[in-house]
Amino acid sequence: MLEVRYRTARTLPLGRVEARPAGVAIRPAEAEARFVLRIRSTEGEIAGLPLNRPINTVSGDDRRWIARLGPDEWLIGVPEGEADLLQTSAASDLAGRAHSLVDVSNRNVGIDVEGARADELLNAGCPLDLGEAAFPAGSATRTLLGKAEIVLIRRAGAQPRYRVECWRSFATYVHDFLKEAGLGIGEG
Amino acid sequence: MLLIACPYCGNRPETEFRCGGQAHIARPEQPGALDDQNWSEYLFVRKNPRGVHAERWNHAHGCGRWFNALRDTVTDRFIETYPMGERPRSEQGGATAPAATSDIQSEARA
Ligand SMILES: [Zn+2]
Repeated sequence: MLEVRYRTARTLPLGRVEARPAGVAIRPAEAEARFVLRIRSTEGEIAGLPLNRPINTVSGDDRRWIARLGPDEWLIGVPEGEADLLQTSAASDLAGRAHSLVDVSNRNVGIDVEGARADELLNAGCPLDLGEAAFPAGSATRTLLGKAEIVLIRRAGAQPRYRVECWRSFATYVHDFLKEAGLGIGEG
Repeated sequence: MLLIACPYCGNRPETEFRCGGQAHIARPEQPGALDDQNWSEYLFVRKNPRGVHAERWNHAHGCGRWFNALRDTVTDRFIETYPMGERPRSEQGGATAPAATSDIQSEARA
């Protein structure tokens, strides 16, 4: 019963329709489990995901990833079915160390933005330098898109592939912003 | 856009930051021992210099961390940024920032 309610609560606010302005794919991500981890020391790992990577980088792969957003803060994403598993692993991996692990699966919404000009599209609302030198594959940081706070992750690969993570209440704004930004690519 | 060097993230756009007012203000060790004049100065009186100012900044839409910065209020140029609990390295900082956190009273009056 609990599981049924859990699934019901996780309807996707943006649906599944992909937009493709100027060859950039803007695709709402499927439901994922996400956690915010706060801990002082960066020793060891959690469920096989390393803690000691530099600030503002992401490790893991597309399915299971961990982004270090600050000196003592990480955002973790795993497939929805692994939510319980991650919490169990965390309890044993971080046993005896003061930490907090908060399930923010329902707070966050993901949007994948992929394509040769994805960085141009994001720069319509994101003030970061997304050039190859400043924001290479494997980068991840909290920043802004228009008026909304997002976490921006650049995934592995030569072709620009980004994940935009935002709070659920900002999701329609962020999604519309990206689609509209796509209309302006290549103009002027 | 103005870039601010977060001690943890490096140069980042100013819209990601919030200013937290004057830096290096220490809460008096014995608030009860202060008279009303000194207590109100601790609470309300701040510097408003035309020139170099030591400020607290928060990388609100980034790593979320607080840090200190020396900023010239005339040119809006950031002279340096440094982690909480540390002193500025540059000469300009030495002239305006207090040598120790205990001289809060004189700092407020300056
Ligand atoms: Zn920062």
